[in-house]
Amino acid sequence: MTVMTTMERFKKVGPTMVYRECLKVLLVLLATLLPLASHAQASETDTEFYALVDQVASGSLSKRIKTVDAIAELNHTRSAAILEALQEGALKNARGKEGLVVIEIANDQYVDAKTGEPIIDKDLGRLKRVPIHNKLRGQIRTLLAQINLSSADEEIRLSAVTRLITDGGDADTAELLQSLKANETSAAVVEAMNTAIALYRIESDDATVRLYAVKQLRGSLIPEVRGPLKALVTNDPDKAVRIEAERAIDSIEGKLKMFRFGENVFFGLSLGSVFLLSAIGLAITFGVMGVINMAHGELMMIGAYTTWVIQQAFPNQIEYSLFMAIPAAFVVAGLVGIAIERGVIQFLYGRPLETLLATFGISLILQQAARSIFSPLNRAVSLPEWMSGSLQINPALSITFNRLYILLFGLMVFFALMAILKKTSLGLKVRAVSQNRPMARAVGVRASWVDALTFGLGSGIAGIAGVALSQLTNVGPNLGQAYIIDSFMVVVFGGVGNLWGTLVGAMGLGIVNKFLEPYAGAVLAKVLILVMLILFIQKKPKGLFPQKGRAAAD
Amino acid sequence: MILKQLAKTVGALGIACGMALSATTSYAEDETIKVGVLHSLSGTMAISETTLKDTMLMLIEEQNKKGGLLGKKLEPVVVDPASNWPLFAEKTRELLSQEEVDAIFGCWTSVSRKSVLPVVEELNGLLFYPVQYEGEESSRNVFYTGAAPNQQAIPAVDYLMNDMEVKRWVLAGTDYVYPRTTNKILEAYLKSKGVAESDIMINYTPFGHSDWQNIVADIKRFGSQGKKTAVVSTINGDANVPFYRELGNQGISAEDIPVVAFSVGEEELSGIDTKPLVGHMAAWNYFMSVETDVNDTFIDQWLKFIGDDKRVTNDPMEAHYIGFNMWVKAVEKAGTTDVDAVIDAIVGVEVPNLTGGSSKMLPNHHITKPVLIGEIQEDGQFLTVWETEDLVAGDAWSDYLEGSKDLKSDWPSMNCGNYNTATKKCVGATAE
Repeated sequence: MTVMTTMERFKKVGPTMVYRECLKVLLVLLATLLPLASHAQASETDTEFYALVDQVASGSLSKRIKTVDAIAELNHTRSAAILEALQEGALKNARGKEGLVVIEIANDQYVDAKTGEPIIDKDLGRLKRVPIHNKLRGQIRTLLAQINLSSADEEIRLSAVTRLITDGGDADTAELLQSLKANETSAAVVEAMNTAIALYRIESDDATVRLYAVKQLRGSLIPEVRGPLKALVTNDPDKAVRIEAERAIDSIEGKLKMFRFGENVFFGLSLGSVFLLSAIGLAITFGVMGVINMAHGELMMIGAYTTWVIQQAFPNQIEYSLFMAIPAAFVVAGLVGIAIERGVIQFLYGRPLETLLATFGISLILQQAARSIFSPLNRAVSLPEWMSGSLQINPALSITFNRLYILLFGLMVFFALMAILKKTSLGLKVRAVSQNRPMARAVGVRASWVDALTFGLGSGIAGIAGVALSQLTNVGPNLGQAYIIDSFMVVVFGGVGNLWGTLVGAMGLGIVNKFLEPYAGAVLAKVLILVMLILFIQKKPKGLFPQKGRAAAD
Repeated sequence: MILKQLAKTVGALGIACGMALSATTSYAEDETIKVGVLHSLSGTMAISETTLKDTMLMLIEEQNKKGGLLGKKLEPVVVDPASNWPLFAEKTRELLSQEEVDAIFGCWTSVSRKSVLPVVEELNGLLFYPVQYEGEESSRNVFYTGAAPNQQAIPAVDYLMNDMEVKRWVLAGTDYVYPRTTNKILEAYLKSKGVAESDIMINYTPFGHSDWQNIVADIKRFGSQGKKTAVVSTINGDANVPFYRELGNQGISAEDIPVVAFSVGEEELSGIDTKPLVGHMAAWNYFMSVETDVNDTFIDQWLKFIGDDKRVTNDPMEAHYIGFNMWVKAVEKAGTTDVDAVIDAIVGVEVPNLTGGSSKMLPNHHITKPVLIGEIQEDGQFLTVWETEDLVAGDAWSDYLEGSKDLKSDWPSMNCGNYNTATKKCVGATAE
């Protein structure tokens, strides 16, 4: 048929076209024939492969190590798929059907591990995951890296080479990399390959090869480079290599120092953003209204539990759960806050000691309520995919996504609150009442109503902070206690009644803390911060940014 | 008239009832054996201890179904020391002098045990302590059914050193007595095995520490020197979740730098998203995933008792199971619940544990246990990757610490918890 049409066309179009057409036909023929040929031929490898898949799904862990090696060596088309599934815990034994091994590709969707065909039959019986341990995991990762070296995806290739660097290569890998390098298009992958090869050559017996390898490694930030270089500085018989290695180490360490400083600043800002989030609600209730609210931490706890409840209610929407949780937590914590204000605090204005005791009591009640409702055990809040992992800037510097988002989120909340206080009528009334209550009432502001709303606003923001905290720490009845002292510390340090002070105070304390920690240790750093704060308050009792004018009269 | 009559009858009835009631109570008092349960049901430790209270109630209920003990019913007396250490001592006093319980099962933290210790010794009570601890203690009135350091920490380090070929060590812990003592022992042990000082990094953090960014970055740096590195974690309770999360986020996987923890069990994992933890390890004497008939029965019993099939079992629960059965057996052997008689009878008592063997009470009031190392799986359970061939005998005084390596504890034959084999003297209450 095809030949016929070609002949017809030959008459119409001239020889070059025909040549092309012929080639196409040939290619199509080849494409259809090839799998057939390999299929006919592969039946033997297939049976071997099927046997190995059965083997990997049964037997002991130590036996599995050998089987996994055999699967990789067989280099069947589905070898990589099996290894990946094993690595991710998706390879499962169907107990209901003898000898059926499946891969879970999505929730409740399975394919046959041997053929890769989807399984429509739902009656698989109880599925049991094929267990693996660390040794196996490491082995699979190395095997996959070797397979993935020729992957089409640049990122997969890069991570495969990086993996080989971590594992430490032998002569074979170095040769393999050398041959692959010629066809490599991505600069990043070539660089990684060079490092891997140089790392192998650094152990060469030839001093000139070593010297060249050391020169290549100069300035490389990959952590695996430093150990061997340091060893060269002290042990190498050749003086030139020793000097060059020392230079390389110096250049690396100079860069590292800079990145380490950057990393520390980020750590500090990130800790500061947690301080900011937990203190900002308090800056309203304590700073603006003057209520010492010891239950502030428990309002954060309520926000965190709200996140959990939302995730339980929509188990398939984990990726979006935080966006639902933020308004929900604001409303729930805000309502609880208003209830506390109307129920208890409104009778205690102007009596700070009683307020302190009453709100402390409320905090205990809320904690025990959480224990009774949600059990004393912590609840597992899952991290959406986009919150986990880190942004790799270079091998020496990476920023974790959850911290980055929380830092941005903290600033967003801060400026939103600022806008509410400065631009809305509620904000105006809040400021009026906090500055001069009788005067505000005289011009027609409903002071008690404003009090309730302000307290609700502060509490709602505490709830939002709880959503952020649920991504960092445990969601349990004790969540609030861990943050209440830090919150008060920040507000007092920044200056009561000044939101900007809260921002500067939070970030400042965060950074100081993170720069102290490497020298003093986490425990002593905390103590030092408190001591410094006490001394600071002695000197400036009204904090960093004291209120000026008549508002500060009291 | 009728009203009066009614009042009279009601009154009479009331008196009769009252008398009957008091009669039954006095009857009950004669016929029950009281067991004190001293676990925090509120406060920070409630997270761990509530489960142990429930375990005790279940064990007592099961024993009563079997006909009680010495023909009498067991009666649990539950008190709540509210995670408040001085309150532990007060509640113990209340249990021993007011309730007159015959044995107490309780405590979790070492601080709470230390606070209870003088009271049980003064009033001659019996305390069964179910949690792994730092050792360096042996009291006549306390039975330690949890692991001593040589039943958990040392075998775990051996496994890492021999099977995983770990060369560099991070000892990370929460800043209190258990991690400090355990790390001191481990440091001495590692050095005795030829590990250089520069290959050991020790780090302490406060309780509930939640910002692990630079510590994890330090561990990453420490581990990137070309030698296999592992973290031995005595990080306690709530601080673990943010720690493991940070490890995961900074891209440290269990194949690169494994963490072996001594305080993370099934119960703790049930409150965590386990994705970032897969492959990290824990050393215990029991895992819920151990496949034995006794364990299956125990798990079924527990799930039925608690009425929630998502709950898990863990190592301290097994310790209570062993301790309770040992006490029951000792009481039966002595024929009385008298404390002195039970203390004498219980040494040498052997009861089945849940991992298929049987544990024995030793003269130093510690027990024999197997040591298991498990890797955390996605479902929050452990996969046992290694276990000791024989049971390991609990050692009260570590062989690797200067002050304690000469000390020996042997209550039945020497009536001493800290006999110094070098000076041939019983140190007595002054030993630390």
